[in-house]
Amino acid sequence: MIEFILRRLLVALPVLLLVSLISASLMQLVPGDPAAVIAGSSASDIEVAKIREQLGLNRPFASRLGAWYVALAHGDLGNSILLNRPVTQAIAERVPVTLALAGFALLLTVAIGLPCGIIAAVRANTWIDQAVLTLALIGVSVPNFWLSLMLIVLFGVMLEWLPAGGYVPFADDPVQWMRCLILPAFSLALLQVGLLARITRATMLEVLQQDYVRTARAKGLPAMKVIGKHALMNVMVPVITVIGISFGLLLSGSVVIETVYSIPGMGRLLANAIFGRDYPLIQGGLLLTASVLVLLNLVVDVLYAVIDPRIKYDER
Amino acid sequence: MTSAESSSPASRLIDAGKTRDVGNAVDGDNAPYRDEWGLSDAGETGGAVAPRALPLWRRLFRHRLFMTGAVIVSLMLTLALLADFIQIVPPEKMQVRLRFRTPDFRFPLGTDNYGRDIWSRLVHGARLSLMIGFAVALFTGVFGTTFGVLAGYFRRLDGPLMRLMDALMAFPAILLAIAIAAALGPSAINAVIALSVVYTPRMARIVRSTVLVVRETEYVQAAKACGARAGSIIWHHVLPNSMAPLLVQLTFIFAYAILAEAILSFLGLGPPPPAPTWGNMIAEGKDYLREAPYICLFPGIAVAMICLGLNLLGDGLRDVLDPRLRVLHG
Repeated sequence: MIEFILRRLLVALPVLLLVSLISASLMQLVPGDPAAVIAGSSASDIEVAKIREQLGLNRPFASRLGAWYVALAHGDLGNSILLNRPVTQAIAERVPVTLALAGFALLLTVAIGLPCGIIAAVRANTWIDQAVLTLALIGVSVPNFWLSLMLIVLFGVMLEWLPAGGYVPFADDPVQWMRCLILPAFSLALLQVGLLARITRATMLEVLQQDYVRTARAKGLPAMKVIGKHALMNVMVPVITVIGISFGLLLSGSVVIETVYSIPGMGRLLANAIFGRDYPLIQGGLLLTASVLVLLNLVVDVLYAVIDPRIKYDER
Repeated sequence: MTSAESSSPASRLIDAGKTRDVGNAVDGDNAPYRDEWGLSDAGETGGAVAPRALPLWRRLFRHRLFMTGAVIVSLMLTLALLADFIQIVPPEKMQVRLRFRTPDFRFPLGTDNYGRDIWSRLVHGARLSLMIGFAVALFTGVFGTTFGVLAGYFRRLDGPLMRLMDALMAFPAILLAIAIAAALGPSAINAVIALSVVYTPRMARIVRSTVLVVRETEYVQAAKACGARAGSIIWHHVLPNSMAPLLVQLTFIFAYAILAEAILSFLGLGPPPPAPTWGNMIAEGKDYLREAPYICLFPGIAVAMICLGLNLLGDGLRDVLDPRLRVLHG
């Protein structure tokens, strides 16, 4: 197992290297002078020169790249231009909020998607099955930022059941914290619910045809026990995968959702960085997100082996 | 270690998810053509869709969900093509006295905060959306196929090419598109570039896995034995036989691209206002949610409709064109 983890890390290394290179090169894509773009059209030449100096744009790209890697080795992602403070600090501050939102959304995804998928599989080709599949298709098609706005209109403005936006820290008021997160988490989760329901359904259908399920049925076990014990455990592998994938989708989805609901998380930070053309912050956010996802993929692979003893990684 | 061995189960499942075969692995029986929704004519004949002997278009025609998708997409396409004729006023014309008109007989979808007619903007937005989505699908198709074939057919290129694709895919799709579009600056062309960069690796991966299977088939081996050159084998044998998953995937990318373009526009990274993109319309309407929620309502429904249509089209194509896809990626 340890050998497997090491080997996967070894494969992940060049990917991580390329990921950092892509993040570092982002500013090279800016047409013209990035400093002028960042400073805006009303900035004076001195201000532009100052930003150019700050970003090291007067040095060649290779030298800047070297400096970026040296700083990276020290855990330094540079300074945000808008906030005038280290990128790592700004991001670290916002991460808990985004994690709370993503965690809540993930919880909703599993709580809705998993049962829907199982019921659809058990009742395959009935109206329940079709309803679940229709819902899944709608989840993939509806733009979540638009859904958010509509939910705000319905529950925040018209019914006034839930706050139309904003965020209250858990420590201040747990109930209000919950109320603030319900709509954004649901908007974020809808897409994943569809994905998870589809995959659960497909795997469950496959599992239900296996011999051991037939045996369990034949020996007279109640249906609930067959599905809950024998089948469900075998559905967990793809479910874990989806949860792994979902996390990436949730993180990128939070850029839009947090903006719409004015939640002060990492997504909104990145969105503001994009509006303000704060490239160091964008680069740092990109690099961190991608690295986390690469490592998360690794964790998912290891989890497979833990959950499903049939998967052996030490061969070959 | 080749890329095939190193790609994680997780990433393989992503492939599967992207080709949408996850939704209908093995269903209740062994019929090769299974309508996963059980809604089409197939349901009445015990699960088997029309036999293979029927010509392709007949089989598509009998697939109820494919036809639903086709009707939705052609409806949108018609609106987009006829935009100049069915508009009520030019989409960018502001009439200050007619601001915030709720939907009525004269303005069926109402007017926005500048007094622009929402219906006229919507149909022109359809044109922009479909054009951007089509351009992304086209570029993704060309580049994704090129990279995928190169990586799948020439084993020496496989490692480096797929590592690069892996790295690009490590970024969440929307996030990378946003970052690239933010660097290049807001415009329709830059949105197309950003989205093509994001979706090309996903395409390449699917084409590669198809090519890996096709290159081992006997007809390719036979062509090789006859001394055919690599280019000729790729053009005459590998490409035609990789077409089905490619087409299916392109349909889904078309849908993703339209959804993603709406997000880019919404964030101010698409064609800049006053261009009537659906994302722009929603972004402008969001400040008037309280007074005039219908400004946001209709463009969102339009995005959802076209994506739903394309998704149905893709699901149907996959069912009819190539049921093997399930085996290939599943």
